[in-house]
Amino acid sequence: MTEIIAVKAEVPASEAEQTETAAAVAPGIAVKADRLYKAFGRKPHDIVKKLQSGASRDELAHLGTAAVIDASFEVQRGEIFVVMGLSGSGKSTLIRMLNGLLEATSGTVTVGDTPITGIPAAKLRDVRRQSISMVFQHFALLPHRTVIDNVAYGLEVQGMPREERLAKARTIIRLVGLDGWADNLPSELSGGMQQRVGLGRALAADTDVLLMDEAFSALDPLIRREMQEQLIELQAELGKTIIFITHDLNEAMFLGDRIAVMRDGRIVQIGTPEEILTDPANDYVAQFVQDVDRARVLTAGSVMEPARSVVTVTAGPRAALRTMRDLQTSATFVLRRDRSFAGVVRDRDVLKQVKAGDGDLRAIILDATAVAADTALVDLVELAVESDLPIAVVDDRNRLLGVIPRVTLLAALGNVSPTTGELPVMEPPATISMSIITETLRETASEGVQP
Amino acid sequence: MNDFRIPLGSWADTFIDFITDTFGFFFDFVRAIFSGAYDLVDLILATPPFWVIILVAAALALMIRGWKFAVGTVVGLVVIVGVDQWENAMDSLALVLVASVLAILFSVPLGILSAKSGVASSIIRPILDFMQTMPAFVYLIPALILFRVGVVPGIVATIIFAMAPGVRLTELGIRSVDSEVVEAGQAFGASPWRILRQIQLPLAMPTIMAGINQVIMLSLSMVVIAGMVGAGGLGQQVVASLNRIDVSLGFEAGLSVVILAIFLDRLTAALGNGNTPISRVLAARKRRAHPVHAPAAAVAVEPTVAPAVTPTQAAEREPSRV
Repeated sequence: MTEIIAVKAEVPASEAEQTETAAAVAPGIAVKADRLYKAFGRKPHDIVKKLQSGASRDELAHLGTAAVIDASFEVQRGEIFVVMGLSGSGKSTLIRMLNGLLEATSGTVTVGDTPITGIPAAKLRDVRRQSISMVFQHFALLPHRTVIDNVAYGLEVQGMPREERLAKARTIIRLVGLDGWADNLPSELSGGMQQRVGLGRALAADTDVLLMDEAFSALDPLIRREMQEQLIELQAELGKTIIFITHDLNEAMFLGDRIAVMRDGRIVQIGTPEEILTDPANDYVAQFVQDVDRARVLTAGSVMEPARSVVTVTAGPRAALRTMRDLQTSATFVLRRDRSFAGVVRDRDVLKQVKAGDGDLRAIILDATAVAADTALVDLVELAVESDLPIAVVDDRNRLLGVIPRVTLLAALGNVSPTTGELPVMEPPATISMSIITETLRETASEGVQP
Repeated sequence: MNDFRIPLGSWADTFIDFITDTFGFFFDFVRAIFSGAYDLVDLILATPPFWVIILVAAALALMIRGWKFAVGTVVGLVVIVGVDQWENAMDSLALVLVASVLAILFSVPLGILSAKSGVASSIIRPILDFMQTMPAFVYLIPALILFRVGVVPGIVATIIFAMAPGVRLTELGIRSVDSEVVEAGQAFGASPWRILRQIQLPLAMPTIMAGINQVIMLSLSMVVIAGMVGAGGLGQQVVASLNRIDVSLGFEAGLSVVILAIFLDRLTAALGNGNTPISRVLAARKRRAHPVHAPAAAVAVEPTVAPAVTPTQAAEREPSRV
């Protein structure tokens, strides 16, 4: 009995995926923030000292504003790290400390191997030229320069000769899809195109790290979606480390490998989109994520349940029938000898086989839908409509990781628990009464081994 | 109560005496430079026959503003010739040009300084208030003592009087450049000097040009007052007519000042919005000469794009944004 029950997923799919992406780039930490504080006011250092000794942000409001409080995180190379929070949560201040546009009141920032807090201005400019570039909310293009000169701006500052930098800018313009617009002024472009110029300018500078400050917030929803998708493509192609600021949770969930949620200057939770969604650190985060488009964020791997109704091919029809009787289902999944997923058998077929005394399940296996663990729930809905069987979730070697019954899918989308009591979800429900099955098993028992 | 008297006046007097005694050589040096510059410009303006100058002015007007303004310029300047004030007008113009250029040379850097530093701004601002509101005649007194009678005290008083809007509008222009664009410069590692040169000054240029326009207009209004200390030109004519209660001379000289003022104002205002006929011609020529940036793909896109925004339309949109 034990061997036919439950093949459990050991590793959450998103984690496995992350290590893969990081491995594609050189592994390591791209940006590190350690106990960062930023306070505005007449005596910022006093504010930070009081915060460190336990004063709350509101108590110190008369002294000034504590914009960022005790922020620590590490961003891996090749990662998209999203900082999300409402306006006034300190996310813009935080991102500006990462490239030294704002000086941290306390704490350290390290970009690559270089600490950038407390270094001379000239050295800080070197770091910005070589290691970290930025895309701005309102594009911040130079309005008196053409698109190509804007894209080449970072290279110009780096001191690259004109012909060389224009050649490079031209390839970047093609990359961001602005072919033919090189000699136009930014004012002649639409908002989405202007931000492509902003993105191109940051990409052309060829830095490892890209800071994006609400980069898509000023764009129309449709254009925003398109830009988000393009950013993911570019990131996969170029392997940049991206730190993305947004107040839009869906954007954060779509882009982020990991998300840091900020509130009132503090980072309240850092985790993968699914961790944030399924295991919010506090009520604030929970409330924040309740409106998120769960269908696009949650994956099959995160909602699947252990497969209970499972038999191996070699166990034969009698074992299959018994399993279905015990679990009161009308179908069971079938695994091959190497534990790979073979398909599904229905109780009627098995019953016939048992009555006929035929011993091979393979003859009656039906095809069943199997999906990868990283499939978004939105893509499962159609499959769930087509068949009443639970959807099987398999790994890349086609081994069964778990199953998603319809009820589980609905529950995950609606953010409610899939069970109302102790009983696990069993789909599809039995169609042949238990007594008939028991009767059949007994009648045919003489031919096989007694249970 | 009769005993209470703050001797501010005699302090100022003592101060000027002290400066004259101590820095006399310096003021002689300044005097030599200013009067040299004035003589040079005056020589250039007054030597050729009047029609040469009128043609040059009309050509400038045509290039910078258009043919209507060129016609107006010719008519106005001919009127000045007709009332027999041409030489005086050229003397005044020379004074205005020298004083304006010097005032701009001082005021733009000061404006940049006060835009960059809050401390500098809070020091410079009250000094500008003082310079602007103190009656202009008052400058003439120390200027007379320091530089003696002639054109130089006129130039100095004009510079002091006219500088303020140049400083103020330069500061305003630079401070109102979109801070995100400046941040973009910083974020890509540009030095403060590069940001000033490539971002702040170009974007602040319309405002700075408005300041320069004001500097020139204020300089012109000082011309009359400068006439009182022997600066010559139209100002001297106005002062003379005042002394003789000579309405006809007063009107003719005054009208000549107005004509000069309109010419200079319209010319510099057109320069300020950056959309001049000559710049349009140059831009069009540049676009024709460098189609190299747009490879084959550009040709495919251009037809849909070009009718929407021609260079002229784009340029015409410019002033509305300023």
